[in-house]
Amino acid sequence: MEPEAIAGALSPPTEWLIAVRDRRDRAAFGKLFDHFAPRLTAMMLKSGMTRAMADDLVQDVLLTAWTKAGQFDPSRAQASAWIYRIARNRQIDHLRRERRPLPDALALPEEADETDAAQTLALDQEARALRAALEKLAPEQRQMIEQSFLGDLTHTEIRERTGVPLGTIKSRIRLGLERLRHELKELR
Amino acid sequence: MPPVQHHIPEDIVQAYVSGRLPHAFAVVVAAHLSLCDACRATAEAQEALAGAALDALPSDAAPDADLRARTLAALDSVEALPREAMPIPAPAGIYPSAVMAELGGRPPRWKSLGAGIRQTILTAGPEGSVRLLYIPGGKAVPDHGHNGLEMTMVLQGAFQDITGKYARGDVQVGDPDLEHTPIAMEGEACICLAATDAPLRFNALVPRLLQRVFRI
Repeated sequence: MEPEAIAGALSPPTEWLIAVRDRRDRAAFGKLFDHFAPRLTAMMLKSGMTRAMADDLVQDVLLTAWTKAGQFDPSRAQASAWIYRIARNRQIDHLRRERRPLPDALALPEEADETDAAQTLALDQEARALRAALEKLAPEQRQMIEQSFLGDLTHTEIRERTGVPLGTIKSRIRLGLERLRHELKELR
Repeated sequence: MPPVQHHIPEDIVQAYVSGRLPHAFAVVVAAHLSLCDACRATAEAQEALAGAALDALPSDAAPDADLRARTLAALDSVEALPREAMPIPAPAGIYPSAVMAELGGRPPRWKSLGAGIRQTILTAGPEGSVRLLYIPGGKAVPDHGHNGLEMTMVLQGAFQDITGKYARGDVQVGDPDLEHTPIAMEGEACICLAATDAPLRFNALVPRLLQRVFRI
């Protein structure tokens, strides 16, 4: 579905996820597993799960990624962000025994064109910049972000700020959403 | 549809993305994100940051040696499964899918509160409650006690108070300091999605009695 022009230019996990989505590529799924399973395990353990529970959920998250890969839109999310969302969804469903409320799904256009490819590439670059910014933060600030997004699911501190400027990536994602809305309108 | 004017504060969007927002408020946030691309972009940007943090975690917590083989072996059986065991209800009419999920995929069953005002409680628990309110045009929205955090989102019609006018998609975030009397605008009935954590904090006798009667 993605035009050839950007093949090989994106972050490897995003490339693997696109391969899973478009070609049901099992070797690429294996690479996704190798990349994310240890990180997801660390995330599950951080939120207070037992090792056995963590294993179950890691498997669950990656199998969910396999079945839902058709909904992955690289013009709005990188593989890591998309996998993170699935992981949090599954943790909440599991720990709270309730279905996490989710926004309406947005249907993806059938065909991606050059403009989508440019948008995907630009988003990938923004995400890389974000990762670099995260690495430059003071340790305690990074720890706060880790605790908030990857730690336990207690319902306490709502009023917290990450201190990472998200303006640029937000505008980039907004462009992706606008384009999607526009294409959906044209399909109708 | 005119763009949404009243958004959800960024720290609440972050609490939603990180999974730390109580269920009642998460329903309102998910409903708002369904109608507001600006806040959806905020949420997805927060997810990008969360994804970066996930990527930065040490990769030395090797999963069970067996897990990889089991997971890869499961791909065939997963493929054979029906798409979704418990499908998420589609949005219907004015109700986004997060609200339809709370309604169990059925239309709301309204209960009268008198004066033409109706409500449907979606969930009520120790961490908060969320319900739908139906207020005929021109009527005042019943005072549901600002004892804690409260989020009200308009699904149909509009209401107005000293802080402004709220139409479909708009969210009012109230705290105990907000004193106001929202009134539904003339015309179409105003249907709101209202979440509150107030039941936790009811202290006075009167609100508690009212709470028992109306469950509000």
